[in-house]
Amino acid sequence: MFHSKITVTLRTSILDPQGKAVEHGIHSLGMTNIEHVRIGKFIEFDVNTEAKEEAERVTMEACRKLLANPVMEDFTFTLEKIQKPVHA
Amino acid sequence: MPKLKFGIIVFPGSNCDHDAHYAAGTIMGQDARFIWHKDSSLGDVDVVIIPGGFSYGDYLRCGAIARFSPIMKDVVRFAGMGGTVLGICNGFQILTEAGLLPGTLLRNASLKFVCKDVFLKVENSDTRFTGACKAGGVLRIPIAHGDGNYFADAETRARLEENGHIVFRYCSPGGEITAEANPNGSQGNIAGIVNEAGNVLGMMPHPERACDPILGNTDGQRIFKSVMGSFVIQEVVHNLS
Repeated sequence: MFHSKITVTLRTSILDPQGKAVEHGIHSLGMTNIEHVRIGKFIEFDVNTEAKEEAERVTMEACRKLLANPVMEDFTFTLEKIQKPVHA
Repeated sequence: MPKLKFGIIVFPGSNCDHDAHYAAGTIMGQDARFIWHKDSSLGDVDVVIIPGGFSYGDYLRCGAIARFSPIMKDVVRFAGMGGTVLGICNGFQILTEAGLLPGTLLRNASLKFVCKDVFLKVENSDTRFTGACKAGGVLRIPIAHGDGNYFADAETRARLEENGHIVFRYCSPGGEITAEANPNGSQGNIAGIVNEAGNVLGMMPHPERACDPILGNTDGQRIFKSVMGSFVIQEVVHNLS
């Protein structure tokens, strides 16, 4: 079994007003060396297979077809081999 | 001419479905019916309205889950055959997610939900949704959305511009396209677009909320009258040929 952790973010070419607002808040706290704040989504799930290629394939397919909208979002993911479900 | 049959799709979380039904049925005097999203067939409708609201609670992205509802397969088929499809607000978002319209709707640049009347310039009055509007005319129609900031890549936008697929732009009361008149940060003040074939319209403003004379503004009726007029033209053409 594999555990997929997916990060979806707005494409860098797209202005992220939420990130800008949060960056402003961080700066108000005095941490002025923090910059380029981007807000994204975190999604995780288990893939019930022993083959890493299969886990990669279905995670990629889920990202492409549903979890991210390619018009505005990019995604990255990591896979970790696990013995039992992480959140079951 | 017989009444047109308006089918209004109802998703869990739709909240402008009754307004659309009231506008098409009670105000415009057409045959309006609700179609539950779990149904697999649109039946014999002439026009499909995908209404505003928060289908599936806007989970993941606005419209992202609704497009997998069983009825959407038939909406895609209907649109592919040239059927008239009008997506309003969340309906516009669903149509972009379903791939029936290009681009997407981002979070409002202000990050705020905006609910107010806006002015729309009719950029193309030669569509089946705007035939009863004056070219370059201005409509006053309310908006109510948090994610209405239209975005498409440069190539897509150039294509929309060249082909006259941008139907409405946010404008001043006098019809000027200005940054101040843009309520959500949309590229080029875009408020509504049609697909290449011209039979699918998506718009963020709510024409169904500006139909009843008792509300003091009937500009939204123009959209419904245009759609009804397009069927009269089709019928005349059919009878001539």
